[in-house]
Amino acid sequence: MQITCRINNREFIREIEPDLLLIDFVRSLGFKSVKRGCDTSNCGLCTVWVDEKPVLSCSVLAARVNHRIVTTLEGLEEEAKAVGRFLAKEGAEQCGFCSPGLIMNILAMKKEFKTPTTDDIKQYLAGNLCRCSGYESQLRAIEKYFDLEGKNQ
Amino acid sequence: MVQSLDEAYELLAQDRNNVILGGLLWIKMGRKQYQTGIDLSGLGLNAISETEDSIHIGCMTTLRQMEISPLLLQWFGPLFSDAFKGIVGVQFRNLATLGGSVYSRFGFSDVITALTALDTQVRLYRAGVVTLSKFLNMDQKRDILEKVIIKKQVTQTSFQTLRKSATDFSILSVATSLCKGNWKIAAGARPSMAILAENAAGLLSPEPDEKTIKAALDRVVNELSFGTDQRAGAGYRKLLAGVLVKRGIEAICR
Repeated sequence: MQITCRINNREFIREIEPDLLLIDFVRSLGFKSVKRGCDTSNCGLCTVWVDEKPVLSCSVLAARVNHRIVTTLEGLEEEAKAVGRFLAKEGAEQCGFCSPGLIMNILAMKKEFKTPTTDDIKQYLAGNLCRCSGYESQLRAIEKYFDLEGKNQ
Repeated sequence: MVQSLDEAYELLAQDRNNVILGGLLWIKMGRKQYQTGIDLSGLGLNAISETEDSIHIGCMTTLRQMEISPLLLQWFGPLFSDAFKGIVGVQFRNLATLGGSVYSRFGFSDVITALTALDTQVRLYRAGVVTLSKFLNMDQKRDILEKVIIKKQVTQTSFQTLRKSATDFSILSVATSLCKGNWKIAAGARPSMAILAENAAGLLSPEPDEKTIKAALDRVVNELSFGTDQRAGAGYRKLLAGVLVKRGIEAICR
């Protein structure tokens, strides 16, 4: 079947198998930031946006993004860098495998919350697993990031 | 992607291995092979709307939509946000559909537990409108769950659950509600499907004293059955039921 969609502001028209998953579709187009972690809809590593909403690309059929807008980390380079700097500064960046999915969800949260509380952050990011950090360093980084963003507004 | 429910049902009836696709989250985990996946995404069934006396939630509405719906909050308090916030993560709940959760009749379902504590019906393509509890217990003939209909009445609610970790399945979930003086106590993940503790709820007055609450708690654990699975034993669930129901009642009375 043929699908048409916009990924990171570029139009793609491709012939795909009906059972192709979005994660494999975007990776095949070179968007390798999208990682397969658990493959059981649990870890959040494969997070991308479909029509601006964060979803697990391992659990979406590519056929379902026909005529929709997909965003991966590659499409948010500047914003991602800003978050990444905070994560690195707090030592939260260890193996780095979970970072693209985490950053995608942090940036999604930013659209819903201007000044999230610690509980808001924990709640929103509960579906992003990390096996290195123990989450404390990430939490510090994210709080500082939102602190600064809040002051900039 | 189908253009109508008629077309969807025709496809569903054509082959035992054809299947209606919800959020794909559960189907994808199994080993079963399907022939044709039927996608209802194009039928406008992904919205929450209201009529004079009820709220209609289309089967393709995501759990996240329900969780942040001002309309549901207005009528039922934070029931759905409290019930859904522990379901894996925001990205998961942006995919998981109401129809998929209800039609699959999962025992562990926090969604079914929450809906059971309200006056809830489902609309099926073939069987028409039936109450949620009737749907959960009827023969599983192939059908399409079109939408969930909840009676619009201001209801005080509370959702209580215990999980081994923040986003795991519930070991036991309890939804409690008080509407026009009538209590409902629903317990799910027993580990079987959510069910109402009708006798216990019947004992409660609109403002129960401690003695009445104690009597209702004793009734809950005797009236409902609890089972054992890898998460917990029946005895543990029974103890837990008393605690969670108590917290639910107290949260509403406060």
